[in-house]
Amino acid sequence: MKEILNLKNVAVEYDRHGRKVRAVAGVDLTLNSGEILGLVGESGCGKSTLGKAIVGILSPITGEIVFDGQKVKKLTRGKRPEHFRNLQMVFQDPYGSLNPRRKIGMQIADGLIVAGMSKKLALLKAEDLLEKVGLPRNAVGRFPHQFSGGQRQRISIARALAASPTAIIADEPISALDTSSQAQVANLLVNLVDEFDMGMVFISHDLSIVRRISDRVAVMYLGKIVEVGTVDQIWNNPSHPYTRALISAIPHADGTSFMPKDLPGDVPNPMSPPSGCRFHPRCPLAKAECASNEPELRKLADGRDVSCVLQTAGSQPVTITLN
Amino acid sequence: MNLLTVENLTVTLATGSGDAQAVRNLSFSVGHGEILGVAGESGSGKTMTALSMLGLLPYKGKASGSIKFDGREILTSTKREYRDIRGKEIAMIFQDPMTSLHPMLTVEVQLTEHLRHHRKVSKDAARNSALELLATVKIPEPAAALKAHPSQFSGGMRQRIAIAMALACEPKLLIADEPTTALDVTVQAGILKLLHQLRTDRNLSVMVITHDLGVLSSLTDRIMIMYAGSEVESGATSDLLQNPRHPYTKGLIAALPGNSEVNSKNLLSIDGMPPELGNFPSGCAFHTRCKFAKASCKETVPEVLNLSSDHRIFCPVNPFSELSNSGSK
Ligand SMILES: Nc1ncnc2c1ncn2[C@@H]1O[C@H](COP(=O)(O)OP(=O)(O)O)[C@@H](O)[C@H]1O
Ligand SMILES: Nc1ncnc2c1ncn2[C@@H]1O[C@H](COP(=O)(O)OP(=O)(O)O)[C@@H](O)[C@H]1O
Ligand code: SF4
Ligand SMILES: [Mg+2]
Ligand SMILES: [Mg+2]
Repeated sequence: MKEILNLKNVAVEYDRHGRKVRAVAGVDLTLNSGEILGLVGESGCGKSTLGKAIVGILSPITGEIVFDGQKVKKLTRGKRPEHFRNLQMVFQDPYGSLNPRRKIGMQIADGLIVAGMSKKLALLKAEDLLEKVGLPRNAVGRFPHQFSGGQRQRISIARALAASPTAIIADEPISALDTSSQAQVANLLVNLVDEFDMGMVFISHDLSIVRRISDRVAVMYLGKIVEVGTVDQIWNNPSHPYTRALISAIPHADGTSFMPKDLPGDVPNPMSPPSGCRFHPRCPLAKAECASNEPELRKLADGRDVSCVLQTAGSQPVTITLN
Repeated sequence: MNLLTVENLTVTLATGSGDAQAVRNLSFSVGHGEILGVAGESGSGKTMTALSMLGLLPYKGKASGSIKFDGREILTSTKREYRDIRGKEIAMIFQDPMTSLHPMLTVEVQLTEHLRHHRKVSKDAARNSALELLATVKIPEPAAALKAHPSQFSGGMRQRIAIAMALACEPKLLIADEPTTALDVTVQAGILKLLHQLRTDRNLSVMVITHDLGVLSSLTDRIMIMYAGSEVESGATSDLLQNPRHPYTKGLIAALPGNSEVNSKNLLSIDGMPPELGNFPSGCAFHTRCKFAKASCKETVPEVLNLSSDHRIFCPVNPFSELSNSGSK
């Protein structure tokens, strides 16, 4: 297992009418080749911001992001450095990221031509890639509006693949799709990661999908990672109260009248994050100290990392039950 | 007697290439205090079904068949009659709560005007009712909330305010079209709990539309599955989800992330895509994607097959014959 991506203390800020919004507030993460790392959390917790920072669309104010041995720098208008073409991003809205007025084939071939391939060869390669993602070869001559949402997402995946990426950041790639396309596109991504031994960060607010296709899961709350571990650890024995709350809120489509549990309160505004543990105002298990002491990520005996005072570094995780 | 009985509802819409039926021969009912779920992928006609009950079909949209509400035929209502039905008898909430809220007017203005318009009550009485409604939908600090604008609330709180608006005139039926689709699961769970509570406390009938079978499992008494404008299967929630019998329902349920094989990362999926309006396949519209299709499926529109008094499918093929034999009458 080779480490392909390493994030250390990454923070990203936006400027909102002159006030700073720290959307990502110090994140450490790693991604290995051949691995899918799920990144989950409620909307607004900073998942997309982190994804954009990883590929260089946004630049962090602190920390560093190392991709395959080299530090990621902010993208500039010019040509993308060769090295970072192997790091690609796929977005939620495939329509927004494809040019409606250009033929599919050229949009996929662009990256190849920039890399020095002849136009003729690049278009041939585009046909191969379309086939790879399950579309007909003759799709090269058609326009984005001639495809369904699921097909457009396949097209943007084909475009990302054109760069022969070693890592892909996929930001909610199936959230906008219908039930049948969701499973199809998720399977496509899983198989591509396998075939090309890529690493993938799969960003989603849907833990039930993430749990199926990921190897590891990172749970984010208000700009910070609160727990990261294997799928089995996170899903079957979550050690952070927030992770537990996320799982308990998922309805079960099993025909029992199981009522999912809500987590009262809203995600706080990142402009003025709560003191101490960022989760304490909503945490059903908060202790007095949680309001003032910010818990650091600690490694438990089973190898996962978690930031909660209820867990002790080096010990087995204490079971978290909410009421 | 059921509160709502829909028979042979067909909705025709004008499309770029002529008229097309978005809802075809749909029959279903909702009992007093019952929660019916309607599921199906996008474009299957769920929203058009709902809108036809409120006389809100898009321009040039036509509905035929019969919609009986509280014993009265309403499909033939005039515009004015529909205006009375909306709000007073049947209320609707949408995926985007701002569909029914004005962003710049205070919650107080919107709720009280709505109440005064339909109920002709004094300003003070309206304000008190508004406070009560906000408490009912569990908005914290109702008095302060009255003074705020909808845009100052989070998505989940806005949906609660939209529900308060919908409840203002004490409708008998609430239609909720994808009410939690835009919300985080943590917030969704709160809305589901609220809808459940409203049914229990007020004997409210609810028709919930969503593509999310998990949502329907926790909330509904019965479920109807739609495909290409038609019902393919309906039944009691536990029966339908635990013992689905139509190939399409089977496929949808198998594709749920929780149901795929534990040791494979691959999810089961239904090949192909749902058809588009104007291009619905002949016969059983699902035949182009169905593993069990016979030659006749292409020609013949399936008739209803009652598996029990409260579970039926529209499919002549018995792909699960051991089950079908024991279940059919
Ligand atoms: N362009 C922007 N300008 C200012 N604030 C932003 C911008 N984009 C996102 N934010 C804020 O940053 C936070 C994180 O957003 P985002 O990364 O999109 O979260 P997620 O993808 O988890 O839903 C949110 O509070 C959001 O409002
Ligand atoms: N204003 C309209 N004019 C013509 N067709 C429409 C209009 N609105 C929706 N449709 C079409 O009607 C069909 C059924 O739509 P709808 O009831 O919204 O489906 P669902 O709610 O199940 O996703 C879809 O094919 C949709 O594209
Ligand atoms: S540190 Fe405290 S507030 Fe934060 S999650 Fe743990 S118990 Fe809850
Ligand atoms: Mg996002
Ligand atoms: Mg709809």
